[in-house]
Amino acid sequence: MVAAQDGRIAQEPPPSDAALAVRGLTVSYGEKPAVFSVDATFPAKTMSAIIGPNGAGKSTLLKAALGVIPRLSGEILVFGKPIDQARDRIAYVPQRASVDWDFPTTVLDVVQMGLYRKVGLLGRLSGAMAARARDCLARVGMQDFAHRQIGQLSGGQQQRVFLARALAQDADLYLLDEPFAGVDAATERAIIDVLKTLQSEGKAVVAVHHDLSTVRDYFDHVFLINVRRIAEGPVATTFTAETLQATYGGRLAATHLDELAVAGGAQ
Amino acid sequence: MGAEFVQFSLTPILIGTLAAIACALPGNFLILRRQALIGDAISHVVLPGIVVAFLLTGVVAAIPMLLGAAGAAVVAVILIEAVKRLGGIEPGAAMGVVFTTMFAAGVLILEQSDTSRVHLDVEHALMGNLESLIWFRADGWGSLLDPVALASLPDELPRIAIVCAMVVALTVLFWRWLKISTFDEGFAEALGIPSAAVGFGLVLTAAVAAVAAFDAVGSIIVIAMFICPPAAARLMTNRLERQVWWSVAFATLSAVLGYVLAGYGPLWFGATHAVSAAGMIAVVSGAILGLACLFGPHRSRIGIGRQDAA
Repeated sequence: MVAAQDGRIAQEPPPSDAALAVRGLTVSYGEKPAVFSVDATFPAKTMSAIIGPNGAGKSTLLKAALGVIPRLSGEILVFGKPIDQARDRIAYVPQRASVDWDFPTTVLDVVQMGLYRKVGLLGRLSGAMAARARDCLARVGMQDFAHRQIGQLSGGQQQRVFLARALAQDADLYLLDEPFAGVDAATERAIIDVLKTLQSEGKAVVAVHHDLSTVRDYFDHVFLINVRRIAEGPVATTFTAETLQATYGGRLAATHLDELAVAGGAQ
Repeated sequence: MGAEFVQFSLTPILIGTLAAIACALPGNFLILRRQALIGDAISHVVLPGIVVAFLLTGVVAAIPMLLGAAGAAVVAVILIEAVKRLGGIEPGAAMGVVFTTMFAAGVLILEQSDTSRVHLDVEHALMGNLESLIWFRADGWGSLLDPVALASLPDELPRIAIVCAMVVALTVLFWRWLKISTFDEGFAEALGIPSAAVGFGLVLTAAVAAVAAFDAVGSIIVIAMFICPPAAARLMTNRLERQVWWSVAFATLSAVLGYVLAGYGPLWFGATHAVSAAGMIAVVSGAILGLACLFGPHRSRIGIGRQDAA
């Protein structure tokens, strides 16, 4: 585990050092804010998890940071630059359930969508780029499915295709919205392997994550949110029974908290 | 197939085909975005625009009618977006509210104003006047090279040809934006593709196609062509590129076969009068959709794979 290896990550680094820095972000769908005045800093070269109960604004935080949904206020810096100057450095994996998998397209086609920033609106897809898309499919173990219609895949396979599309973006910051939701164990393993490889290559990974029991295994850094920021920092010091209690309120059973605390103590 | 065909059938068939293609192309993306009803909506909302244009100018002329219809379509698109966003309701409901209201307003204005001396009525709005778009000065295929004869082509032909060419050009030019933002709007936004503008542009293009087609062939064809050829095409293939080609083929087949069947079909069965070409074109497109549902190679996907639709 490489969490907080140099002690620098424990402090709030200045935004220019961070892969993704969010300052004063507020998003509202109606009258009630979904995310309120949130500061968040996701360090470079680190696996970070965004954690919180349902409706706490985890996905909203991610989408608003990307500009997918409008924000009422807030500043977003990606490697110290405004997001619109850094889009080439970001890869995004939306929630699998957010698209219609009946769409008439093939697995390879979806992966090639990740090459859009390189190809442009009218550019031709070069042979090298097509080969790159196939390579990305192979990295998630889906090379044999290149010409399948995407609706014929299982949930786990669909998630792998989305990850391959993000790999094709060849980014420095990977943002994933619930990458493990509804996938089989083998896929979860395959996805985490790919993400760890990315981290070892110096990329930053930020994932909205649901399963509290795997946080310590998968991530180095956590951001706890319930509309407002509750806590953020290295998993070892920030992912505690107290912060979880503060994030989930009464919704998390005491026994569950104890288990997580024990798991933490064993580390 | 000689002089008579060129004079009486060539131009209506061309106009019908171009109108069908102009509507079917955006229809592909509309059905994939679950906005197929927008074609229906547009063909309803143009009525008040046309009536108001007539009241303002006092004539039934192509340009004011087109402008009035286009204005009404734009008003409707803005209203639909406004109702959808401000009310926070789904697009289908927003369209239903807006187009019903605007169509009712159009009928009301039509009833209250004196249009009895002009050719502006509900039948014209529904069926258009495809059969009357004949090429008087043509006397055979040679007329295609005769500038004098070409000058007397019905105005509707160059108009729908220009609109159709524009729709084709926009579809080719913005293909990647359309494809990515139709499949995954959030991902498209993250890539820096202006998804909302793409969606708006698509609806606007559909509106222009609908108004141009409405002028020549009436709203029945418009409604049918937005939905039937693309829906049938979806059942023929699992590739968007091929789906679009199939939809163009089905639109063309519907227009040609529908016109021929309307003109000659009843005679084969001993009837003495032809039937409405616009109506028959719509019927043929519906029959093609029916056949695609029964025999299309990818029909098995209907109704399954929906568990992931959020």
